[in-house]
Amino acid sequence: MMENLVYIALFAPFASSLFAALFGMSPRQTFVGIIASLLLFTSFVASALLAYYVYTTGNSIHVTMMEWISAGDLTIPFGFLVDQVSVTMMTVVTLVSTVVHIYSIGYMDHDKSFNRFFSYLSAFVFSMMILVMSDNFAGLFIGWEGVGVCSWLLIGFWYHKADVTRDENPSISPSWAANEAFIVNRIADLGMLVGLFIIYWNVGSLQYDVVFSALPNLSGSVLNAAALALFIGAMGKSAQFPLHTWLTDAMEGPTPVSALIHAATMVTAGVFLVIRANPIFSMTPEVSFFIAALGTFVAFFAASMALVNRDLKRIIAFSTLSQLGYMFAAAGLGAYWIALFHLAAHAFFKALLFLGAGNVMHAMHDELDIFKMGGLKKAMNWTYAYMGVASLALAGIPVFAGFFSKDAIIETAFNEGTYVLWAILVLTAGMTAFYSFRQVFLTFHGKARYDESTLHPHEMYKFVLIAMSPLALLAVIAGFFMGGFQTFVTKLLPDYVMSEHTHHLIWVLTAVVLVFAVGGIWLAYKKYANGLKRDEELENSFIYKLLANQYYIPQFYEEFITKPYAMLSEKMWTSVDMKIVDATVDGIAKLIYKSGDGSRKMQTGNLSNYLNWMAVGAVLLLVVAAISAMLG
Amino acid sequence: MIGLSHYLIVSALIFSIGLMGVLRRRNLLMLFFATEVMLNAVNIAFAAISHYYNDLTGQMFAFFIIAIAASEVAVGLGILIVLYKKHGTLDLDDLASMKG
Repeated sequence: MMENLVYIALFAPFASSLFAALFGMSPRQTFVGIIASLLLFTSFVASALLAYYVYTTGNSIHVTMMEWISAGDLTIPFGFLVDQVSVTMMTVVTLVSTVVHIYSIGYMDHDKSFNRFFSYLSAFVFSMMILVMSDNFAGLFIGWEGVGVCSWLLIGFWYHKADVTRDENPSISPSWAANEAFIVNRIADLGMLVGLFIIYWNVGSLQYDVVFSALPNLSGSVLNAAALALFIGAMGKSAQFPLHTWLTDAMEGPTPVSALIHAATMVTAGVFLVIRANPIFSMTPEVSFFIAALGTFVAFFAASMALVNRDLKRIIAFSTLSQLGYMFAAAGLGAYWIALFHLAAHAFFKALLFLGAGNVMHAMHDELDIFKMGGLKKAMNWTYAYMGVASLALAGIPVFAGFFSKDAIIETAFNEGTYVLWAILVLTAGMTAFYSFRQVFLTFHGKARYDESTLHPHEMYKFVLIAMSPLALLAVIAGFFMGGFQTFVTKLLPDYVMSEHTHHLIWVLTAVVLVFAVGGIWLAYKKYANGLKRDEELENSFIYKLLANQYYIPQFYEEFITKPYAMLSEKMWTSVDMKIVDATVDGIAKLIYKSGDGSRKMQTGNLSNYLNWMAVGAVLLLVVAAISAMLG
Repeated sequence: MIGLSHYLIVSALIFSIGLMGVLRRRNLLMLFFATEVMLNAVNIAFAAISHYYNDLTGQMFAFFIIAIAASEVAVGLGILIVLYKKHGTLDLDDLASMKG
């Protein structure tokens, strides 16, 4: 019974993808979207039932579908593990996917590749399910690459769009962004593969249970190397510095894709990996501290860029980066369950925020510059409420989900005695509140800064707004389940509780974070609630320009990596490939062709000539025979 | 005294004459004659060596060759007559229809 549920949860998205693919080349069919959404909902129901089963019984379900690779000592089965961690991920992924599928029926309404979109989207969910459900590292890697491919397909969904020049990027188009995301992830995946090789080499298996039980026998350096290599893989998928540039560029894709893949699910795969492999990371305190420090840095670094950005989707993308930094900080400090909780809460409110941004884009005819919006509150009540709720959750205002999860992370940093990390995280919380509400105020408040005579913003379809409501509800109430969630997942993950000392100070700590969060919102309100006043002096200051240009990192990559690499490739092409490799191959072909052309002249058709050649051959054979006889 | 080597030298000489005929002649009929000459050169060698070793196998082989040569000539001449009827010549330079 439970085994069937596992397969339903896993294969319903696959069936959905194949079904939609049948109509991939045909014109828009609404029923494709509806059936895909229903199948995804089926998957969600199955996941929720599994979650209930795991919650009530405390058992985990382990099924082995079939033998996958069996060569010599290497045996890798297609096995799936449904335990506290994976069932949490499954429920979150399928819930957000279902909402995003329904949302896409409305959002992609006018797109001629409607059916193809659903095929890709469901394929992504299937890959993500494999990633989280696999019972071994190899299966996880397959899912890992699968989501990468689907991400590539979906970022580049509008591949026909031409390159345009933006402030931050000299040239950007969906296909360019898709390739960037794919290539950057490829670099990180090499690290991941190395990690898997190290584990296999030293343990002889890739099954989680076997690997984790064999860890005490491994030397410290092996563990460190494995943990670091795995984390490099996580850095690529979760877009941590210095591999972060692809995430904001991935906003070139359709907005439902940004909501599902580049906010709620795929980018959290890196955090999931760290949580899943927590026995390895628990044994490598140095690597874990590095993760925490890098996470904290990225949280701050991304938030700082979000402060001045003008692109609605990019601001949210930076905030995703920043929140991923928080998750890594928690995971690095050993609070795995808090990281997982923040992952789930973040998935809800960030998907909601993105879908709200999609509504705004829809209303504004794909305008993304928040400086050219304003006053949308009147036309878009629902979207305003949704984005407001999501931003409150993101800013960490009490009762909303983000308050509980983010506060717990900040407390963890204090509890561990890493006060520098704590201070940065608190400051970042203030920045988060500021940029979230800067965006909300600039979009919805004040006067319209677009041409009202030509553009009449309108609210999204009703069914789309209703479909978004579960996310809104969860963004509000998810925090209340924190205690229950803790007892649930700490059956598997190491528990993390605050010390007595922190417990005493908890009100003070919460108050400090709240002061920063409310202060950020207040500052945004003062500056932007009554319309936009451009401050030339500020906008021309060095810091502002530095932040607006993303610390010039995209330019740096372009100048010092992409261009030299292109030049090197060009050189290798003209000098090595053309002159050595191609020349050799062509030379052999030419030799054969020339010799054939030359010997064609023998074919005179004259019997006498043939006989002469035969005689020559016979004489040659005689000579050879004679020589070999003489030589012995 | 005439020994084995004399026979072999004669055989080789006749074989060379036959070979030259095959290589130089342009008339198909003459080519046939030349091949017969080569075959008989080989027969001489067979018979001589057979006698030298007191082994009849070689002579038997010579008989076979004579028989096969006779049938070959019968078939070959038939073909030549047809060719001549068709082309009016047996000169190889005029019969080169399969030039590559």
